[in-house]
Amino acid sequence: MAAVLESLLREEVSVAAVVRWIARSTQGSKDNPGEAAALSSLRPLRKEFVPFLLNFLREQSSRVLPQGPPTPAKASGASAALPGRPGGPPRGSRGARSQLFPPTEALSTAAESPVARRGGRRRVPGPARERGGRSLEEGVSVESLPGAGSRRLRGSGSPSRPSLTLSDPPNLSNLEEFPPVGSVPPGPTGRTKPSRRINPTPVSEERSLSKPKTCFTSPPISCVPSSQPSALDTRPWGLGLPPGCRSLQEEREMLRKERSKQLQQSPTPTCPTPELGSPLLNWTGGLTDELADPARVSSRQRLELVALVYSSCIAENLVPNLFLELFFVFQLLTARRMVTAKDNDFELSPGALDSLESPLFQSIHDCVFFAVQVLECHFQVLSNLDKGTLKLLAENERLLCFSPALQGRLRAAYEGSVAKVSLVMPPSAQAVSFQPETDNRANFSSDRAFHTFKKQRDVFYEVLREWEDHHEEAGWDFEKGLGSRIRAMMGQLSAACSHSHFVRLFQKQLLQMCQSPGGAGGTVLGEAPDVLSMLGADKLGRLWRLQERLVTPQSSGGPCPPPTFPGCQGFFRDFILSASSFQFNQHLMDSLSLKIRELNGLTLPQHEPSDEDGESDVDWQGERRQFAVVLLSLRLLAKFLGFVAFLPYRGPEPPPTGELQDSILALRSQVPPVLDVRTLLQRGLQARRAVLTVPWLVEFLSFADHVVPLLDYYQGIFTLLLRLHRSLVLSQENERKMCFLNKLLLLAVLGWLFQIPTVPEDLFFLEEGPSDAFEMDIVAPEHGLDSMPVVDQQLLYTCCPYIGELRKLLALWVSGSSGRSGGFVRKITPTTTTTSSLGAQPPQTSQGLQAQLAQAFFHNQPPSLRRTVEFVAERIGSNCVKHIKATLVADLVRQVESLLQEQLVTQGEEGGDPAQLLEILYSRLCPHGAQALALGREFCQRKSPGAVRALLPEETPAAVLSSAENIAVGLATEKACAWLSANITALIRREVKAAVSRTLRAQGPEPAARGERRGCSRACEHHAPLPSHLISEIKDVLSLAVGPRDSDEGVSPEHLEQLVCQLGQTLQCRQFLCPPAEQHLAKCSVELASFLVADQIPILGPPAQHRLERGQARRLLHMLLSLWKEHFQGPVPLQLLLSPRNVGLLADTRPREWDLLLFLLRELVEKGLMGRMEIEACLGSLHQAQWPRDFAEELATLSNLLLAEPHLPEPQLRACELVQSNRGTVLAQS
Amino acid sequence: MILTKAQYDEIAQCLVSVPPTRQSLRKLKQRFPSQSQATLLSIFSQEYQKHIKRTHAKHHTSEAIESYYQRYLNGVAKNGAAPVLLDLANEVDYAPSLMARLILERFLQEHEETPPSKSVINSMLRDPSQIPDGVLANQVYQCIVNDCCYGPLVDCIKHAIGHEHEVMLRDMLLEKNLSFLDEDQLRAKGYDKTPDFILQVPVVMLCPLAVEGHIIHWIESKASFGDECSHHAYLHDQFWSYWNRFGPGLVIYWYGFIQELDCNRERGILLKACFPTNIVTLCHSVA
Repeated sequence: MAAVLESLLREEVSVAAVVRWIARSTQGSKDNPGEAAALSSLRPLRKEFVPFLLNFLREQSSRVLPQGPPTPAKASGASAALPGRPGGPPRGSRGARSQLFPPTEALSTAAESPVARRGGRRRVPGPARERGGRSLEEGVSVESLPGAGSRRLRGSGSPSRPSLTLSDPPNLSNLEEFPPVGSVPPGPTGRTKPSRRINPTPVSEERSLSKPKTCFTSPPISCVPSSQPSALDTRPWGLGLPPGCRSLQEEREMLRKERSKQLQQSPTPTCPTPELGSPLLNWTGGLTDELADPARVSSRQRLELVALVYSSCIAENLVPNLFLELFFVFQLLTARRMVTAKDNDFELSPGALDSLESPLFQSIHDCVFFAVQVLECHFQVLSNLDKGTLKLLAENERLLCFSPALQGRLRAAYEGSVAKVSLVMPPSAQAVSFQPETDNRANFSSDRAFHTFKKQRDVFYEVLREWEDHHEEAGWDFEKGLGSRIRAMMGQLSAACSHSHFVRLFQKQLLQMCQSPGGAGGTVLGEAPDVLSMLGADKLGRLWRLQERLVTPQSSGGPCPPPTFPGCQGFFRDFILSASSFQFNQHLMDSLSLKIRELNGLTLPQHEPSDEDGESDVDWQGERRQFAVVLLSLRLLAKFLGFVAFLPYRGPEPPPTGELQDSILALRSQVPPVLDVRTLLQRGLQARRAVLTVPWLVEFLSFADHVVPLLDYYQGIFTLLLRLHRSLVLSQENERKMCFLNKLLLLAVLGWLFQIPTVPEDLFFLEEGPSDAFEMDIVAPEHGLDSMPVVDQQLLYTCCPYIGELRKLLALWVSGSSGRSGGFVRKITPTTTTTSSLGAQPPQTSQGLQAQLAQAFFHNQPPSLRRTVEFVAERIGSNCVKHIKATLVADLVRQVESLLQEQLVTQGEEGGDPAQLLEILYSRLCPHGAQALALGREFCQRKSPGAVRALLPEETPAAVLSSAENIAVGLATEKACAWLSANITALIRREVKAAVSRTLRAQGPEPAARGERRGCSRACEHHAPLPSHLISEIKDVLSLAVGPRDSDEGVSPEHLEQLVCQLGQTLQCRQFLCPPAEQHLAKCSVELASFLVADQIPILGPPAQHRLERGQARRLLHMLLSLWKEHFQGPVPLQLLLSPRNVGLLADTRPREWDLLLFLLRELVEKGLMGRMEIEACLGSLHQAQWPRDFAEELATLSNLLLAEPHLPEPQLRACELVQSNRGTVLAQS
Repeated sequence: MILTKAQYDEIAQCLVSVPPTRQSLRKLKQRFPSQSQATLLSIFSQEYQKHIKRTHAKHHTSEAIESYYQRYLNGVAKNGAAPVLLDLANEVDYAPSLMARLILERFLQEHEETPPSKSVINSMLRDPSQIPDGVLANQVYQCIVNDCCYGPLVDCIKHAIGHEHEVMLRDMLLEKNLSFLDEDQLRAKGYDKTPDFILQVPVVMLCPLAVEGHIIHWIESKASFGDECSHHAYLHDQFWSYWNRFGPGLVIYWYGFIQELDCNRERGILLKACFPTNIVTLCHSVA
């Protein structure tokens, strides 16, 4: 590999030829014979070139770059930092790309701390890859930081870094050991690295499930540079390879020797002493940045060449992750370094410049120069970044210094950019609203299921609320806090149908809470600044240390974060895990798959390039938004589908190998995929909808277990994805092809996928993917989604928040240079969540010629017309069904009720067998259902045109309008009739059944309740006393009457009278009166009358008189009688007046006064309130009770007296007589 | 009548083992003249119910029942007209109506072949005339009319109060021109949980001193005082369920509530002691 570079540097071959050579398996015709010859000899190594190049650059930069966020580089791995298996010899079978440099046994044994050894659990046994090994080592060393004893510093296997340092346990409070970010204290040897505290990367569940996080952590650059290339350092990185082919083995061998030599030469680490650099560059906090000077670039030509090759590889998508490389380049651009005196001593021998004999980056100037060179080639990508990043780039003084032209272009791009990206904060939970259509009783198999689900919904939200309250608290644990409750709840979901209901709720809530960008990871930019601003700038020392920690990937996980469940998603993930219910998981997968299919197949509006400007603009915003909503929903659903689907196969144990793996493969290949993603991908590619399909597919695949990529089925998918990746060359712009931002999105998500641990590292580089071949597969329709500008920066950054790392890097540079704290703090403004629906799928009713015509009609109309017509049809159709229910069916129900009444009258109370009755009713009524279709047609005919007219622009041509109306009518009718013809009979049966049971129930206990109830008079102002108040008042009087009472307790006659008056008012104003209250009022009034009759009510008044005057009592009774007669609408239990208990009240009085009772009874008969017979019966039954003897006799007398009175038919006479006499007495007494 | 926790505790403190009689209520009113009677009664009733819930079990042991029954029998044997049952209930610190039920049940067990059904007992309590024994009928009736916390009459009063406030609330909504669905309509539509009113178009309630208002989708009327115990039960059984289905809403505790309980405003459950006056509705006019 080095040979290729060598020949390139010696200008034996051109850059273009090299790139062609890498990219294509066959020699291009453009290559000149000399080049071809030179390269063809290297052919076997072709695939290894790119990984070599990437590693090479990382290695080189590691010597110069100070700490900074690491650049992960999975692709590389040429030099082995760690043995593939602890202590094991490297195996050459896999990952040939990574074996350029053999592991140095001496080093690994000498240097490996037990912790670092853990880096050995790797999926692929074989030579460890530099990247992986080192990063792991760093990631792990963090965990062991305080007490690790010895800690290996940066990748020791690097050929460029000879010094292996073992440092003492770090003293965190020691500023010397933990210097401010960016200030690298130059040690005497200039090669030691101060211990650097690396922020612990939270190890999330899914990560622990995946294989060691080799690729996501730090690259060599994050480790300290030997600040000086010293004499020792001038050893050639190519090891002075002679031109031509050298076998890997040779190269490796030489490296090993070289390494051990280096090791001996740099025996012990030295303690770095802080020494500030040039006073001019001394900013607050002792931070110094070296001024990069274009004039001091050491080997321009060489750098230019390498930059060109590197850029070309990036441009051709030969690197796995575009943004990772950009990140690396940004790191180079923003590299800080101390200016030291030694720097000036450093001189290169001119002869070394054109070979690999000397380090590529000899100074910060070289780094910046190289970075700017590369950036110049990728202006187009840069100009499509968000406005904030552009601003930081345009303001970068180094960029200005090295390439004013590029800076000018960037500034122009910044000024023209509208790509403001804001990642919103997660919204608080909002419940899924109850939908009567789907959630009512009729959709459940039983009452029990319905009520269980009712409870479940509440438990679910209770759990959710508790999670919201506590999940950020330290020490709170999801499983401990909620696990058992969730499982108990899942345990109640017995019926399968309940599971599907619950899953529907779960999925809706998931979409509602997490689909918005905020829910998905909105804190990416918001997290670190919070800590910084909280601390305040005064504690700079600590601040810098903190900053240093923050620079390392934390929440966002750097430019290549592992798949995570940020924000609310964590709840749903944990819920699934805690529930651990296979039924739930199965239903969830079914539901997710269905929804994914539905959304993926959604006809997204087609762009009409020829649209009038204004309208299309408005439409476009809506369409882009709709696309974003659909895409984000799909990604979310696919992520969870992937999570659940691969859950059973993921575990903490290392992936199987050898025979075990083979048998697992054989088994797994039999299992059908949970969702046929391959077909969906193929279709998506064919229909040029990759921009929709691929991003969600990537989410799905990111949760795959280690075996998945080895399965034939998924291998096919990866092959397709790799080809797609290769074909997305950004510089190839073409009207018919994919939009730039669409490509960028795909490159970003695919690049991210290729860095996922479970995706084999060699996959990318092994793939022979001539991109031309890929193009052939596509039978492109006129306008696929891919060619529409559906992606904007907001969507790009929402889907790929890790792109924001670029901005962080630049912002950090700014903040570091100026000493401002939290330089990249960005105020995040919460925006409201879009709750727009995902858009209804257009009815799939298009058949026949008419349908084709309709399609054609829409083709040349603005897309909004189609949406309007479909919308109207959908709504009118649905309204039609509701209307039929409310009219035709309701009429039928009324008929049922009257029929039933007849039936009941003829058959008596019982009404016959209800089931039989129902059948009779069904047979009479169901034929009427046929009317529904005619009525439905009529309804749609009537309603649709108006709605279409109202919604379409006024200026729509008449012909277009009438066509649109007709289509709407047709579609609505079709929809309504389809539903009606399928369901009307069942609907009628259901309603009739409900009506029958209602009627039969009402028939039961209280026929009077069904009688006509009178309301208040129209003039009533509802000022009458409240029924509750009256019952309470009467109850008080009754309790006084019954006793026990204090001697001073009693009621005034006026109060009694007022009470009865109020009762009359209340009964006349029915506003607040409910039947139970009226019943109790009736009963209480009867009790009150009994106490009046027995003269038992204690009256307040002069001490002598504690009894009510006879006349007053009569008057009160009279008032009560008229209330009973006139104002009570329910039954009054007058027979209670003659109950043994109430009559017994008389027994206690001495002397016994019977006249009031006699009066009352006569009046009752008189007013027709009680029949004489009824009274006779009551009196008769009174005789059965046990009475004192005299009382029984008197009772008998009363009874005889009453019965002796003449019966009706001459009631009139009696009535007049009595009434007159009564009035007389009343008047006389008052 | 929004009370602070401290105010509420002061009132509750006065209610420890006070019998639920007219006289007790009168004294309470004298003690706290500034509080509304309805609020006091509501607090009294709730405190007493809590007390009964705590002590319920000890009155329902068979030994306790037997001893009560014997004491009742001895008492009425001496003087059937004396308030035997009522005095017994007050003496053992149990609700008179519940004591009446206990004794009635015991009595029927002794006198009927089959153990009495719940509905028979309820019916006899509603109408003591149906009780076969005249003396017991009188005793039971006396207990019921003298009990201001339990019994069919009190139940009816509570029900009536609840109904009346719902009606009042409905009128206020109509007056404000806010269209709504009531419980019956909701139930007919198949809703599983039904607040008193769901607003068809949500409104915003502005709070004094607050810039932002609170969205209200539903209103629940509670004709009682909102104390901790009842509020938490309501939250669990009703309010959160409503929130889970319909979003944020308003609870009106007509007889007041403990101020500190109104802590879920941001979460979407708002407490008031009256119909809010500062309501903002969605404007239909185009700006």
